[in-house]
Amino acid sequence: MDEPLNLVLFSGTDDKLQAAAVLTAGAAALGKPVNIFLQYWALDAFRAAKIEQDHGLAPEAGPAGRIAVDALALAGQASWAETLRQAKDLGAVDIQACSLSMDLLHLESTDLDPLVDGVEGVTAFYLNAGEGQVVFI
Amino acid sequence: MPVVEITQTIDARGLSCPMPIVKTAQAVKPLAPGAVVELLATDAGSIKDVAAWCKATGNELIEQTSDGAVYRFVIRRK
Repeated sequence: MDEPLNLVLFSGTDDKLQAAAVLTAGAAALGKPVNIFLQYWALDAFRAAKIEQDHGLAPEAGPAGRIAVDALALAGQASWAETLRQAKDLGAVDIQACSLSMDLLHLESTDLDPLVDGVEGVTAFYLNAGEGQVVFI
Repeated sequence: MPVVEITQTIDARGLSCPMPIVKTAQAVKPLAPGAVVELLATDAGSIKDVAAWCKATGNELIEQTSDGAVYRFVIRRK
């Protein structure tokens, strides 16, 4: 359980971010460290001004998927941002923004939600990943 | 039959995966070793999840029951 779980988040839609948040919270509850690396559209969703907004769903969701996701939210499912906050409260969850994506999106650290711990490059990400699995979402 | 004193009830009814486990881990963390908590959940995944969490973290699953709608778990902290 000591090797970290390493998640590379690329997609910025709410369903994929929710899936990532669930994986993170589960690992945190088991005492497994989690490193999250935010790239491209996932990073965009972590802007302080946008994090609580609707980020849409992956294309495969379709209209039926939209209805299903909305029903779960109405039933009281925590948002992905809230799930990540709880995971951070529980265990060692480190969320880093990819420096290349920061440049791409013209972002400064101050533009990001406090869930994000810092900015790093891919080499630092691999170093922290150690022998743990790397999952791309 | 020895009486087990429950320190705390964690009400995770209506919460979806992974919140029953997250709430349990949060509740158990500050407790003294040996403390016993009760978890109420409606998420069907919690049946396997609670057992797996206990196994991985070393906490003890003392009791597991269900009335059909609500699953009840009694857990002793490591």
